[in-house]
Amino acid sequence: MSDVTVEAMEGKLVTDQLPTGAIVGESPLHHSDLASIAKKGPQQGGVHFHERKLKGLLTLRCAPSAEQLAVIESLLGVALPMQPLTSVTTDAISVRWMSPDEWLIIVAGEQAFEIETQFQEKLTGHYALVNISGGTTILDVSGSHVVDMLKKSTPVDLHASEFPVGKVVSTVFAKSGATICRLADDKFELVVRRSFADYLWLWIQDASREYGLVVKA
Amino acid sequence: MFHIYCPHCCEYREEEEFHAAGQSHIARPLDPDACTDKEWGEYMYFRANPRGIHHELWVHAAGCRKFFNITRNTQTYEIKEVYKVGEKPSVVADEAK
Repeated sequence: MSDVTVEAMEGKLVTDQLPTGAIVGESPLHHSDLASIAKKGPQQGGVHFHERKLKGLLTLRCAPSAEQLAVIESLLGVALPMQPLTSVTTDAISVRWMSPDEWLIIVAGEQAFEIETQFQEKLTGHYALVNISGGTTILDVSGSHVVDMLKKSTPVDLHASEFPVGKVVSTVFAKSGATICRLADDKFELVVRRSFADYLWLWIQDASREYGLVVKA
Repeated sequence: MFHIYCPHCCEYREEEEFHAAGQSHIARPLDPDACTDKEWGEYMYFRANPRGIHHELWVHAAGCRKFFNITRNTQTYEIKEVYKVGEKPSVVADEAK
């Protein structure tokens, strides 16, 4: 038995993690200067690459009761996708099914703190909401050869019959990992770890070489 | 490569996404303090290594990160059944053999 007693903290600790003032937020691919490459690099090719940077990403873990589901829906504006491997995407918010009791919520960077605060105020019961914005980044890949590029990187079946628009899978990607969501027939979203962002950017450049890579700012 | 059915993602995925986590259905002694060293040692360290049907714990490490059970033939590598933690296997080894 430990002699240390931990006092229960009142409420939950929520911190606004957005850099403010003199501190400028930098995405994990800041050093690659994608904006210059977008301007000077090729404008035509089979694979288009865009870093959707500095988004607000929240992990919700919960085995929701009907009551909690209703509160979550009112807070997010959309219902949680309860079916495995499904997702909900609107202009303002994306929710991805990650596991039977885990969802990934993607909003604009400045909205994450607001949502966290609202969850703390309104949602009761057993759940956890963690801001993972700083640990992840989103890579959008699209284009006529995007599936060919992805086939080199992941063992998941990407045929439209097996991987329809809206499906989301967490899987191995180029010996790293990624959460892949199909946004359109030829457009995919990759949610990747911050520490692997540079490696995956190099990997995607290499895998796209034969089709031509276009970087979008 | 195997295709392994994940009972949580409800679809077959590549073996690369999974990790084996050893023998399943190992019951923790209800009163560890009352165990002899031999009993506790066997619970902690000794695992079955059958030839034939074996129940194993696997984790969908790169996917939903959930644990589940696989009944597998260790001789042929054939996967007989996949079932969630807490469920009972329907395929079991024939003890009489």
